[in-house]
Amino acid sequence: MTDIPIAGKRPFRWHIGVFLAPAVIIYTAIMILPLFATLNMALFNISADGVSQFVGLANFQTLFGDPRWSDAFWNALGNNAWFFLIHMVVQNPIGVLLAALLSSPKLRMAAFYRTAIFIPTILSFVIVGFVWKLILSPIWGIAPGLLDAVGLRWLYAPWLGQEAYALTTLALVSVWQFVGIPMMLIYAALLTIPDEILEAAEIDGVTGAQQFWKIKLPLILPSIGIISILTFVGNFNAFDLIYVAQGALAGPNFATDILGTFLYRTFFGFQLQLGDPHMGATIAAAMFGIILVGVCFYLFTIQTRLRRYQF
Amino acid sequence: MSKARSSLGRTVAAHSVLGLYTLIALFPVFVVVINSFKSRKAIFGDPLAIPTPSTFDPVGYTTVLAQGDFFLYFQNSLVVTVASLFFVLLFGAMAAFALSEYRFRGNTLMGLYLAIGIMIPIRLGTVAILQLMVASGLVNTLTALILVYTAQGLPLAIFILSEFMRGISDDLKNAGRIDGLSEYKIFLTLVLPLVRPAMATVAVFSMIPIWNDLWFPLILAPSEATKTVTLGSQVFIGQFVTNWNAVLAALSLAILPVLVLYLIFSRQLIRGITAGAVK
Repeated sequence: MTDIPIAGKRPFRWHIGVFLAPAVIIYTAIMILPLFATLNMALFNISADGVSQFVGLANFQTLFGDPRWSDAFWNALGNNAWFFLIHMVVQNPIGVLLAALLSSPKLRMAAFYRTAIFIPTILSFVIVGFVWKLILSPIWGIAPGLLDAVGLRWLYAPWLGQEAYALTTLALVSVWQFVGIPMMLIYAALLTIPDEILEAAEIDGVTGAQQFWKIKLPLILPSIGIISILTFVGNFNAFDLIYVAQGALAGPNFATDILGTFLYRTFFGFQLQLGDPHMGATIAAAMFGIILVGVCFYLFTIQTRLRRYQF
Repeated sequence: MSKARSSLGRTVAAHSVLGLYTLIALFPVFVVVINSFKSRKAIFGDPLAIPTPSTFDPVGYTTVLAQGDFFLYFQNSLVVTVASLFFVLLFGAMAAFALSEYRFRGNTLMGLYLAIGIMIPIRLGTVAILQLMVASGLVNTLTALILVYTAQGLPLAIFILSEFMRGISDDLKNAGRIDGLSEYKIFLTLVLPLVRPAMATVAVFSMIPIWNDLWFPLILAPSEATKTVTLGSQVFIGQFVTNWNAVLAALSLAILPVLVLYLIFSRQLIRGITAGAVK
């Protein structure tokens, strides 16, 4: 067998370039180049005489080590990790539970439940943030009133105003908003499990909850993996909900500050602090690093170990 | 017998859990909408009551329509969303066609390059995007937002559409080629109509984050003339924070368009997810 150089004889196929050009140009110019420009900017800073100069990794040293910056950075990173943890332990189990119930055969009104539970996901953060702010507000009294009705009045506290609870409360609001996504993806995964497998399980006497844990759950693990990495990327780049509910200062006393709000404050400045594009770029680069590590960890360790089944 | 009872019990349990969660999901929206039609006294007096003729008061809506320029904001959001969607779908479909139809050197690499954007959020480049927009004089224009959202939507659109286009039969396209159709004609008249369901899915998926985004309007186009509904209602609510009628009315006005669009497209959205497009 000898290779026949067809490609060499074929005229250059201009149409491939024409089809690809608009997407590649816009994507490169607006997304990839600015991303690298931002990473590059993190290596520069303004010197005392106002000239931009190369400083290597000094900005990162400042960010991680200088107490004026590092306290805020580690605080934001810790808060962000807690924010992500709440999503993982609350959002995903609820999503799996709802999807498992929705996919039970011959369930009436499944379409209604599916549509209704997904509604919070389509609302903007502005709506979600303010609606919950109003509901949890001690002035209006909906939350205390509801707790009173079930005899748990003593549980109520102005959660959003207290350092100890504000971040957890906002994380739970975010879970409320986004639980529709894991529900839908897992529901879709459950639907693709062939009936033969479930019938075989039933013949072997594996039904109900046992069937879910032993048969269905292992089959939907890849979907749970994808949801986890999507949640990770979304959480470590979140900004809107905190900004809408607590402002750029992420009060009370920075208790709800996450990397997105920290980046916004640093880049644009707030109140008396001036905006600093170079430190802003440094924070963006740190976030890029965190997300990259997370995505690589998922791609190279989790995804390769999850067994996929082809039906 | 025992099987029938347990399955009845399970159905009741499933309905009560799903019903409870539906209540949790809808309750906040419900509370805001009903209270937006009530007088100030009734809002605080009995927040959970449905407006009656004696407590009905549209003062919130009149304040919002008199104070905020909501029609302009709405128009801005509409222009940005529709234009971005148009470019995402057109350019995305073109690139997806090139990647799925032709074998050329660097095809896989190009596909991977275009897929980076699915995982890496465009927000991380904001510092440089703002500089780029300042340098090109696009700050405070809707064009800046359209460009950013087009770039943001392309990776996922290309990924989903090329998966779908791989499923289109080669025979059809080759028949077109034998009939003398150019590659452009094949794309426009044969392939595009066949991937219309996938395009609708991509449209719905791309639309929600564009319409709801607060970050880029806040940074790239915060001027009065270019505010989107999301930014406009955020600013409005910030200013009127003690006027509860106005705040609740503004929230309801911001919820309604999305809700109507969602109810129109929900079947498409759910079909898109369950068809495995984003798995």
